[in-house]
Amino acid sequence: MKTLRSPGLWLPLLLVAAFAVYPLITGSASTRESMFTVLMSVALASSLNILLGYTGYVSFGHIVFFGLGGYVGFYLIDEQGWHLFPAALLGGVAAGLLALLLGLSILRLRGAYFALATIGINEAMKAFAKQFALFGGPNGMELNFAIYRGYGGANAALWLVFWSLAVLALVVIFVSFKVKKSKFGLGLMAIREDEDAAEVMGVVAPRAKTWAYVLSAIFPGMIGVLFFFKNGVIEPESAFRLHLSIELLVMVMLGGQGTVLGPALGGAAYQSLRRTLLTSPMFRDIQLVVAGVLLLLIVLFIPSGAVGWLRSRWAALRRVLE
Amino acid sequence: MILQVNNVTKQFGGLTAVKNVTFDLPPGQILGLIGPNGAGKTTLFNCINGVYTPTRGKVSFRGEDITGAPTYRAARLGLARTHQIVRPLNELTVRENVIVGACYGREGLGLAKAEHVADEVLAFVGLAARANLLAGSLNVAQKKRLEMARALAARPYLLLLDEVLAGLNTAEVSGMIATIRQIREQGVTIIMIEHIMHAVMNLSDRIIVLNYGEMIAAGTPEEVSQNPQVIEAYLGDPELAARLLEEEKR
Repeated sequence: MKTLRSPGLWLPLLLVAAFAVYPLITGSASTRESMFTVLMSVALASSLNILLGYTGYVSFGHIVFFGLGGYVGFYLIDEQGWHLFPAALLGGVAAGLLALLLGLSILRLRGAYFALATIGINEAMKAFAKQFALFGGPNGMELNFAIYRGYGGANAALWLVFWSLAVLALVVIFVSFKVKKSKFGLGLMAIREDEDAAEVMGVVAPRAKTWAYVLSAIFPGMIGVLFFFKNGVIEPESAFRLHLSIELLVMVMLGGQGTVLGPALGGAAYQSLRRTLLTSPMFRDIQLVVAGVLLLLIVLFIPSGAVGWLRSRWAALRRVLE
Repeated sequence: MILQVNNVTKQFGGLTAVKNVTFDLPPGQILGLIGPNGAGKTTLFNCINGVYTPTRGKVSFRGEDITGAPTYRAARLGLARTHQIVRPLNELTVRENVIVGACYGREGLGLAKAEHVADEVLAFVGLAARANLLAGSLNVAQKKRLEMARALAARPYLLLLDEVLAGLNTAEVSGMIATIRQIREQGVTIIMIEHIMHAVMNLSDRIIVLNYGEMIAAGTPEEVSQNPQVIEAYLGDPELAARLLEEEKR
């Protein structure tokens, strides 16, 4: 397997595996919870990167897929008695379908117009969830604790969710690498650089963009199911948090958009920064301001992010970091 | 006929950029497209490959109606072009730029085969040594060659060259002329927009002259250069064309 020998793939995989194994060593629930947050950020940021980094389309409302997937999966588990795994799968399918429908319409927009449309869609879905009685309306849904018994108790269920997320994060990294190294990915990057020129060369941009959007939506949908299953509660305000979308952008930009390792690194770095800020009395209330300032500084000084900067600084690293 | 352009007109608001242009292009020829600045040459290219939808008229490529079809459709059918103002995919390497051309062109090759074609084409246009540089780091002459390489990697039936010689020095122009000849020998039909007269006069089998969007003359280089309307509109000096031809023969 040529792919598996490539450091561009196994470096990020190793990073993610390290996050996953860490709580196993400490054995504590609190490290598991903080690593859950890190893995979730890594996987969400890497998914967003397929659209943002490879295709060059900024989605400000990417969390809509996380929220929708979460709702669909939660409903299936709570009301229909499905097991977590098929529910997560269907959450991903629902998010992918939404992206497919949206892709056929709003992906005709370019630049800021597309970015604005994605915010609108997130808000529209939030409003929809608030009105939709099947999903519990404005109060959302609460998981019946008896459901955890089917997984061997609450503690076992939490570990199961953690391991599922870890596997999913590894899959996302693998897919991200495979896309980057494929003909499809090359077409996406051509679109990012110059969409009109790419079309003149034969890249069917409307189709390629839509598939990139669908691919970048499926994983957040599945992650949403895992997260809200663990959370035990889902409500419109927590499912469609716009600021989480913005934080995802910061993670991707911080680590390096368009790279495989970047979003993984950025997600982990941002979460550890956030944890420090949240526990500091001075920054606790203004941690989002710090995120905003960080985004500004990245865009101004290292637009290609940490990994992009390293790659352009040392040519030798280009073969190691993807 | 590989390309049939039938009464094509393109209007922008009140401005008629291309007016009732009609011509047929048999395979294997080089057709020169000349005319003063703003005559509508690039607009005509844009109407042919689908960047613009003509206001009126019809464009057929290898018997298929491609009037107003998206640019990627023309590309897939085997119509490649270069841009007057170069459009490299800056953050990709030179080689990756050309691989895009091969992957998504007429043959729609897989990645491994496309890499092969890209290396061949890069060697052909003389960019092999720069294959792994970022496209954005090339100079103008190299970017023009890159445009050409991307178009060639698509293995097109018809190649539209939009001022590939502009901005090149004398040595680079001779190099590019030789390259264009070789492309034709490989059986590719070419339409070229060019301002460098001695080049277009010597390369073209036929020439079309546009002025204010209208086709004012068509014929062999000799016929066109002796057409009084062309001389008035474009060449200014009636002796110029004859002298240019003479110059090249020596």
